[in-house]
Amino acid sequence: MGGLQVPLEHVLLLAAVLFSCGLMGLMLRRNIIFMLMSLEVMLNAAALAFVAAGARWGQADGQIIFLLILSVAAAEVAVGLGLVLQIQRRFKTLDMDQANRLRG
Amino acid sequence: MMEVLFYIAAMVALIATMAALTRANAAHALIYLIVSLLAVAVLFFLMGAPFAAALEIVIYAGAIMVLFVFVIMMLNLGEAGNTREREWLSPRNWVVPGILAGLLLLELLLALRHAPTTTSGVSVDPKTVGLTLFGPYVLAVEIASMLLLAGLVGAYHLGRRFIVRREGQR
Repeated sequence: MGGLQVPLEHVLLLAAVLFSCGLMGLMLRRNIIFMLMSLEVMLNAAALAFVAAGARWGQADGQIIFLLILSVAAAEVAVGLGLVLQIQRRFKTLDMDQANRLRG
Repeated sequence: MMEVLFYIAAMVALIATMAALTRANAAHALIYLIVSLLAVAVLFFLMGAPFAAALEIVIYAGAIMVLFVFVIMMLNLGEAGNTREREWLSPRNWVVPGILAGLLLLELLLALRHAPTTTSGVSVDPKTVGLTLFGPYVLAVEIASMLLLAGLVGAYHLGRRFIVRREGQR
């Protein structure tokens, strides 16, 4: 099955709006779980831009960068959620403003 | 017809993302985020990247979001956490992040203004992706494997101490 011909700037516009949403969520939220979710949204928007660029020239490179972004997101979430568990255990809260000391 | 599907999926992705980032309940936000990721997977498929679409569903909406679900269930946030989240989401906290993110979005839009072109409509099949991945990009695969190993070791270290202390407390 062939792909779809859509205006590239519409896809990039969507990626830009999604990225801005993620950035706003990152600045707005104080709960570390929501901050990690905002980071996921931002990484996903970047991946969308890469896949759109790959589709623009019909090359596989965009999807390969998507794979690399996927592995970065997986590693980041694994370490980040481990840190969430530690912060909850030490500070008894998920508020990032409370967790500003390196040694609890 | 297919274009309509594309724009519907784009709207779903936008609305679900906005909803996910403004919920007070973490589990509800997570479900919205999964909907957003599924909509982006539909966009990938329609743009002619079926392999990326499959990976988006299997790894992003599947594995990564399941990790979030596990952690939210382990933390057991409850109604007190929701009330505190609603306090933090009061309208005056929105002003500065909204302005900054809006300005950055405006700059991106200005940069995108002079690029009238369409996607090629060529579907890149998984075989091509695999050949390119293990051809010119094999070094990137090695680096990604080391990154994942580092993530595995870090997550094991952090999580193992959590489990040991929990057992010691009993």
